[in-house]
Amino acid sequence: MNNYKNSVIVKNMSKAFGQLQAVDNISFHVHKGEIFGFLGPNGAGKTTSVRMLTGVFPPDTGQIYIAGYNLLDQTLAAKMRIGVAPESANAYLDLTALENILFMAEMYGLSGKKIRKRAEELLNIFNLLDRKNDKIKQFSKGMRQKMILCMALINEPEILFLDEPTSGLDVQSRYLIRNIIKDLNQGGTTIFLTTHNINEANKLCDRIAIMNKGEIAAIDSPENLKNTFVSSQSVEVSFKFGSPNFLDNLSYANSIEKRGDKYRLYSDEPGQLAMKLIEQVKSSNLGLNSIRTIGPELEEVFIKLTEEKKE
Amino acid sequence: MSNTIKLRIGQILAIAKKDIKIYYTEPPILIFGILFPAFLFMAFALGKNIPFKNLIPGLLGISLFFTGSSVGPYITPWETNTKTLERLLTTPGSISVIVIGDILAAFYFSLGISGLIAFTGIFVFGTGVANIAVLLSTLFLASFCFAGLGTIFSSLPTDKPSNVMMLSNLIRLPIIFISGVFVPVSELPEWGQILSRFSPVTYVTDLLRFALGQGHYFALSINLIILSIFTILFLLIAVLLHRKTFIKRI
Repeated sequence: MNNYKNSVIVKNMSKAFGQLQAVDNISFHVHKGEIFGFLGPNGAGKTTSVRMLTGVFPPDTGQIYIAGYNLLDQTLAAKMRIGVAPESANAYLDLTALENILFMAEMYGLSGKKIRKRAEELLNIFNLLDRKNDKIKQFSKGMRQKMILCMALINEPEILFLDEPTSGLDVQSRYLIRNIIKDLNQGGTTIFLTTHNINEANKLCDRIAIMNKGEIAAIDSPENLKNTFVSSQSVEVSFKFGSPNFLDNLSYANSIEKRGDKYRLYSDEPGQLAMKLIEQVKSSNLGLNSIRTIGPELEEVFIKLTEEKKE
Repeated sequence: MSNTIKLRIGQILAIAKKDIKIYYTEPPILIFGILFPAFLFMAFALGKNIPFKNLIPGLLGISLFFTGSSVGPYITPWETNTKTLERLLTTPGSISVIVIGDILAAFYFSLGISGLIAFTGIFVFGTGVANIAVLLSTLFLASFCFAGLGTIFSSLPTDKPSNVMMLSNLIRLPIIFISGVFVPVSELPEWGQILSRFSPVTYVTDLLRFALGQGHYFALSINLIILSIFTILFLLIAVLLHRKTFIKRI
């Protein structure tokens, strides 16, 4: 087994399609055993980057190392160590669930009773075992998404590339897949997660790269990104009865935003503001329903970084 | 045998098996690969007062040509459309492996159907066999040759199988008429005889006539050498074109 510290190393990777520079000289690495989030608005170059990292096509320039192997020179060794669940990909609709997984296994040189057993175990994990002999064309979108994951896991990959794995799924399926991702990661699998779901990235990822216009705009842990790029903190409050008229003149509040039945008050000193709010509520007849301080949010980081580039 | 070669062979066989399960049982394949050439052949051959056993080489030639080249054009555009091709390329299988797997599936199909026709011709209609080795070699070589040709068509970077089918029929149909399938090459007009030399079907039909003891136009060695060259060329061109055009599919 190849010893390596970083599961993915990208050095000066670029790709252009005609006049369009889809990916522009990006460099980053993914630590072994981490969940790495890859975020960016539509057209940022995420999908092109992932296609290059998974060997669908080569970059115009740059180097990619997967599990210590140069993807361009040692393609087979590198690809044997990854599993990929692309968002847009499909399983073969005219093959059964089991046939799809076993076909994928054969592409990794795996066959026999052990692999059949593993395929059935995977189907069981994803609650699809009783449908193993059904053709995929009879499956719902959520079931097909689970199938793509089963196929990606058959070779027990060291690095798993997931592109929008919970997109379009119901709550239960999303919960199941997030738990599976966590379990895999705890078992030592490095996860490269491409997603639009910032909340999901915030909850799951050790580090996040935000991509915009073909470049990496920022890369760090979610907390560091929030602290570095967003200074705003706030207090969110809701009242039992009526609307308050004291909010506009409240000290420590820089600005106020009404969000449904709640008010969000932005402040440089949220603790002091919360104390002041409680005092005011006590002396009025509004009644306090809920109050909480909120730190900077990853969504704000994302918007800030992707908007700055537009300007 | 090295592990890499074993892996590659396993991948090629897996792709061929997948193709056969998915594509070779579809009704359009049966129509374009079997019924269409059979009816086309009968439309030209029947009513000419020729014993059926003498029609077997032509029928075999047209069958090899259509069964070998009818499904290959369909697979890659269809898999581009359904996004299964991109999924496949993230595996350790290369573009070359995928193309050769597709060719192998077409080869199996062509060999199976033409083998059945040859068997029926020999044992039901009493067609004589003058040289069994040449017959088997021709079925084998021609199946690979036309499987390669069909896969060349599918290198057109589109996700609409109908576009490729139109192109492939536009090229395949005229070839049939200049290849001595309905009329032996020796009976074609001079321009037809010249054109016939550019068609691989000509050499296949001539080899089959030789193998079934019904005369031949070119020398056996010439037929075999030229058919082998066509086969190697088609296989190489298929792989190279797919490698070149693949990026345009994504």
